Amino acid sequence: MARILVNQKNIKDIDKAIKICPFGAIEWNEKNREVEITDACKMCMICVNKGPEDAFILEEDEVFIDKSLWKGVSVYVDHDNGAVHPVTYELIGKARELADKINHPVFAVFIGSNIQKQAKEILHYGVDEVFVYDDEAFKDFKIEPYTAAFSDFIDKVSPSTVLVGATPLGRSLAPRVAARFKTGLTADCTILDMKEDTDLVQIRPAFGGNIMAQICTPKSRPQFATVRYKIMNAPERSEEPSGEVTICKPPANLSSAITVLSSKVKEVEEDIADAEVIVVAGRAIKKEEDLEMIEMLAKELGGKVAVTRPLIEAGWGDPKTQIGLSGRTVRPKLIITCGVSGSVQFKAGMTNSEYIFAINKDPKSPIFQVAHYAIIGDIYEVIPELLEKIKKSEEVTA
Amino acid sequence: MKTLVCIKQVPGTTEVQVDENGNLIRSGIDSKMNPYDLYAIESALKIKEKMGGEINVMTMGPPQAKEVIREAYMMGIDKGFLLTDRRFAGADVLATSYTLAQGAYQAGDFDLIICGKQTTDGDTAQVGPEMAEYLGIPHVANVKGIVESKEKSIILEVEMPTTIQTVEVTYPCLITVEKGIFQPRLPSYRLKKKTKYQEIHELTLDNFKDKNEKRYGLSGSPTQVEEIFPPEQNTTSERWEGEHLGTKLYDQLIDLKFIYKNK
Ligand SMILES: Cc1cc2nc3c(=O)[nH]c(=O)nc-3n(C[C@H](O)[C@H](O)[C@H](O)COP(=O)(O)OP(=O)(O)OC[C@H]3O[C@@H](n4cnc5c(N)ncnc54)[C@H](O)[C@@H]3O)c2cc1C
Ligand SMILES: Nc1ncnc2c1ncn2[C@@H]1O[C@H](COP(=O)(O)O)[C@@H](O)[C@H]1O
Repeated sequence: MARILVNQKNIKDIDKAIKICPFGAIEWNEKNREVEITDACKMCMICVNKGPEDAFILEEDEVFIDKSLWKGVSVYVDHDNGAVHPVTYELIGKARELADKINHPVFAVFIGSNIQKQAKEILHYGVDEVFVYDDEAFKDFKIEPYTAAFSDFIDKVSPSTVLVGATPLGRSLAPRVAARFKTGLTADCTILDMKEDTDLVQIRPAFGGNIMAQICTPKSRPQFATVRYKIMNAPERSEEPSGEVTICKPPANLSSAITVLSSKVKEVEEDIADAEVIVVAGRAIKKEEDLEMIEMLAKELGGKVAVTRPLIEAGWGDPKTQIGLSGRTVRPKLIITCGVSGSVQFKAGMTNSEYIFAINKDPKSPIFQVAHYAIIGDIYEVIPELLEKIKKSEEVTA
Repeated sequence: MKTLVCIKQVPGTTEVQVDENGNLIRSGIDSKMNPYDLYAIESALKIKEKMGGEINVMTMGPPQAKEVIREAYMMGIDKGFLLTDRRFAGADVLATSYTLAQGAYQAGDFDLIICGKQTTDGDTAQVGPEMAEYLGIPHVANVKGIVESKEKSIILEVEMPTTIQTVEVTYPCLITVEKGIFQPRLPSYRLKKKTKYQEIHELTLDNFKDKNEKRYGLSGSPTQVEEIFPPEQNTTSERWEGEHLGTKLYDQLIDLKFIYKNK
């Protein structure tokens, strides 16, 4: 079985060896008088890669899979009653880029009811083939019939990679299908790449810390990844369609234990993800009333206010305005962060913005690593001064 | 009515940091219950108030994860299972879900399994759906309300992209609940005293139906961390320090046409 073996004789400094592990999973076993790895191990490989030489060794199982039998980068068409979610096009764009590196085709799988017209539309974004499962049973999203159709697609096509949008539905469906094929799934990837041997390189913030992890699925196929909206770039819609639509026969059993009793349309919410200008308030805000200056600035710039997680935890903001790994991903033309330190989780939600201005009084703050304009100053000075200037110029022109 | 709630112990407020050489620095090892799982526990307690029955909790983790089971006892949970075994170490989502599913088989026949929306360390929101798949039962994610719990089924309010759906699902099933579905109660002092010595049921791989080591821990994990590194840095930035930064910012925003002088 795969595990990390400890080569006791190569550990010279026991205390130092124990401290390498950020999860406290390396311990001294007094009874056996040896260093051992406990079940707190998260397989971050730090001890293998950075520990004393030949002390921690990864022992792997021999597993053989024939990767050449799995071909194609596939995208799940995320939709709400036939209205295709734009994350789909972003993923198709990425899929094309990944597929071209290994000479694979790009597929889309579209499951729904009365969706054949929309399926044709997908052909304007550069896929080779759209597989359509169109049936009354797919009218409402129910997990069992959708999983059945998705699995049928994988059985039929054997794609090497499957990309799914990390929408509420995608996050429910992708794990279900991945588990059915007993294969790996990496959630909320922020960077994707393709290796020559068709292994998908999946990069995401990890371990709840200020750190990124590169994850692969080397011994199983298909390899599943989810990606949030606005992380990848959507391709331009081409005038001419290309590729073809293939209508698939739905699986025989589409029954479900779930009955949809009613469905009411939510009030349309304003989404910070659509804003072109965003002003972000971070923990530097001392009291709730101080958010007023942030709101004023956003209003002057015709933008929206967003916040970091501590402000949500303090109850100072609507959770829908949180930016980051567990909030929204945004990609506005302009973002001004005010007193935000720039944790990886936060940055995961905004690094693709066009102009990033960061105001922070700590010159070493990590937000400055992604900012285009690093403003080392106090928000309680900079913002009032800026507002003052704006107000004055308005008076002059008025 | 028998309900199982899956809970996880996660690192406390301190975070894992990286030093200049890309090494992880451990900053404290305090831990707490995954905050999202408190909502799952509260949902189970609300259902029990109406339907009666028994609530179990289960966690997979090292022996110190017992603490979260103690906390669940203090909230009024009846029985707790800890799945702990060296051979579970290094589990990714798939292996975790498989282990939890095996544990659930062992712990008893459940009508309803409740998971939190996500964890604050793994942060995948995938364990619930994968576990349901392994148990061969339907799941409903994004549950934001419980309308009515009944003898053979439960009626739920589900957050969909543009709609709120009311759905009915028959048992057995698994649901993942949103934060804020109910206000979680605080651990009670009375229950703390009462449950101080209450047993925590430990299960290891040897207790499971499937004893094939290859399906657990690192061996059962198709995803592998190849490398960890500090986040990318943007090197093309301008740095401003000193006086009149607000004015400087104003001028720059005008240059970039985010502020129009004559509006
Ligand atoms: C799994 C996981 C997911 C997470 N998801 C998210 C997420 O989606 N979104 C999110 O935001 N966080 C998320 N977090 C939390 C994240 O790790 C950070 O804790 C959080 O982003 C910090 O917010 P902050 O920058 O506002 O606060 P802090 O880190 O406290 O930073 C405040 C900054 O303000 C500066 N400052 C203070 N006073 C002033 C002043 N007067 N003028 C100028 N600067 C000042 C300080 O120098 C400091 O840099 C997540 C954490 C985990 C573990
Ligand atoms: N090790 C674990 N033990 C018990 N439950 C878990 C564990 N990991 C995840 N879960 C459950 O799965 C949910 C989603 O976790 P995650 O997929 O890690 O975001 C959590 O809220 C828990 O209910």
